Amino acid sequence: MRPGLLGIEALSREDIEAILTRAKDFQPHGGESFKRFDILRGRMVVNLFFEASTRTRTSFEIAAKRLGADAVSITASSSSVSKGESLVDTLNTLAAMRPDAIIMRHSASGAPHFLARHLAIPIVNAGDGTHEHPTQALLDARTILDQRPALEGLRVAIIGDIEHSRVARSNVHLLSKFGAHVVLCGPASLLPRELANLASGVTLTNDMAEAITGADVIMMLRVQLERQHEATFPAGEYFRFYGLRLEHLQLAKQDAIVMHPGPINRGRELSSEVADSQKSVILSQVENGVAVRMAVLEKILA
Amino acid sequence: MKELLIRNGRVIDPASGRDGIADVFIRNELIVAVGDRIDAAGAAVFDATGLVVAPGFIDMHVHLREPGFEYSETIETGCRAAAAGGFTSICCMPNTSPINDSATVTSYIVDRARQHGIVNVFPIGAITKNSAGEELAAIGSMKAAGAVAISDDGRPVMNARVMRRALETAHSFDMPVINHCEDLHLSAGGDMHEGTESMRLGLRGIPSASEDVMVARDILLAEVTGAQYHVAHISSRHSVEMVNFARRRGLSVTCEVTPHHFALADTDMAPYDSNYKMKPPLRSRCDASAVIDGIVSGAVDAIATDHAPHPGSEKMQEFEKCPFGIIGLETALGLSLEYLVHTGRIPLSRLVALFTTGPARILKLKRGTLGAGCAADLTIFDPERSWTYDVNRSASKSRNSPFDGRSFRGGPVATMVDGSFVWQAE
Repeated sequence: MRPGLLGIEALSREDIEAILTRAKDFQPHGGESFKRFDILRGRMVVNLFFEASTRTRTSFEIAAKRLGADAVSITASSSSVSKGESLVDTLNTLAAMRPDAIIMRHSASGAPHFLARHLAIPIVNAGDGTHEHPTQALLDARTILDQRPALEGLRVAIIGDIEHSRVARSNVHLLSKFGAHVVLCGPASLLPRELANLASGVTLTNDMAEAITGADVIMMLRVQLERQHEATFPAGEYFRFYGLRLEHLQLAKQDAIVMHPGPINRGRELSSEVADSQKSVILSQVENGVAVRMAVLEKILA
Repeated sequence: MKELLIRNGRVIDPASGRDGIADVFIRNELIVAVGDRIDAAGAAVFDATGLVVAPGFIDMHVHLREPGFEYSETIETGCRAAAAGGFTSICCMPNTSPINDSATVTSYIVDRARQHGIVNVFPIGAITKNSAGEELAAIGSMKAAGAVAISDDGRPVMNARVMRRALETAHSFDMPVINHCEDLHLSAGGDMHEGTESMRLGLRGIPSASEDVMVARDILLAEVTGAQYHVAHISSRHSVEMVNFARRRGLSVTCEVTPHHFALADTDMAPYDSNYKMKPPLRSRCDASAVIDGIVSGAVDAIATDHAPHPGSEKMQEFEKCPFGIIGLETALGLSLEYLVHTGRIPLSRLVALFTTGPARILKLKRGTLGAGCAADLTIFDPERSWTYDVNRSASKSRNSPFDGRSFRGGPVATMVDGSFVWQAE
């Protein structure tokens, strides 16, 4: 059985370095578009998205096509899931059509891990519940490395709804493996204390100024209302205490960068001025998403 | 007239304090005598050399799923699994469909169990109608029909005032109230123990505090009412401490522990494997060892399985969608020997007490002892026999066990109910 990519936690530093290095080859230069390759000609990948997604699904689709593979995208509402079919049966049915890999996003943590135990086909996790989003962490690392020589020793502040964030978990695992110092910040109800045990080099704070002070990288997370099952924070106060504004950037390193996995909510987790500032690398993240996913698909399928 | 002599076994009878090589003489369905070299010419002989002969084990926490969920388990298959695990008596929880909240359902279960005649079945009635937590069920009538305790297992009574009235009512009928301790607001949406593991796996947590606040509330209510109160499947360190506290105050408070809560911790869970999903969840290693300490210190009165069958179709889903519960009748003795006796934490006689006199005393059953004139319910086991659990050969209808393929040192050899063998090892 070919291994897919289920999460960052299980990857070694070498695995990650190989993907990041290869992704550099796929980055477009200047105003060019992504180059076409024949590396995966004749291969077929299925994008199976049980959760709404525009950027990740499109990014995987473009990555597959730029490598010469055929890509089919399916969203849950149009699949037989809405007719009551179980997840295992849906995947078995798709697997019988012999794609070379299934890229899946699902709202349940561990859904791809559960399927990987029962199916022989490689599965690429494009986000599972509140667990991991490995390609996001890879593209984030690629983006940071475009600005900095190494991850080691960097101070990375991740701010927002940490508890419900698969982006935060994957980034914590990746950054920790490379010796970065990760500061997780958010209101206590979205920042359980156990997060500090997730990996080495992780600290927690409820104070945004403390998190940002001296930071090389500020990663803002979206407030995931769809994953919060209750009011975890007083309504209307979020932006005041955890929204990133221009004045905060004074506290960070002079050449600090601001990242966001998107989609951004201007005025909710960051101000419009910050989103559009020179320090924002949000669009580079999107661009790197394609390059990194090309490297991942090549590794799994070539 | 049927006579049987069980010869030369190590007879452990906690009720009388006996622990030594002896013979057990049985006539028809009753025990006639226990003693050295009983002369019973003409009686059939069962050679128990090298084996332990104990009073029949009692599991006070089982889900038989009948009526209503016969695709998961029936009274018959559940009883067969019990017999294969060395149990001669089991108590079934009321969360069937319909819920056992009336004498009619209680009688139905009693009758069905008698028809099959495998092991003794003692129903536990609901505390409230439909286990909705509001209006008290027909508690006295259920007792008259054969119920031995009341519980809204799985759907704990959240309203403290209703719980108080339930304790008072049960007290007047001389029945214990058993609570599955879980504050449903604190645990809402949770899939596993809240801790580093749940954080790592991105699964929603069930905090220990959801169990602890309920145990605390109930102990205070037990004091107010003077009623007999029992904590089901205790799993957290603080809850064990609180039961100890209640004991010191002289309250009539008892608790049971499941084998999986002392054998496993949250870190043992195979990632997203729903055979490790149950309530209360597998807690931290520290909680599991506190539970064992509670067994050693005497705070824990009984081992119960919380045998909870679910069909494969329900367990083969996304973790968060899978129902809670695992089967446990056939692995209880093996796990208990492994974690409690072979490790030297408790002697065999204490283990036998946890399966016999412990639950019998709580439920006031005239079982769990080898006294002359008592029903000949016996559990004969070999504390050393090595065997491997194959869940696909389970007598239960369901297969949801995390212990499939596990090798054990020690397990049941024969199970006798009312003088007849209902199961013997191959």
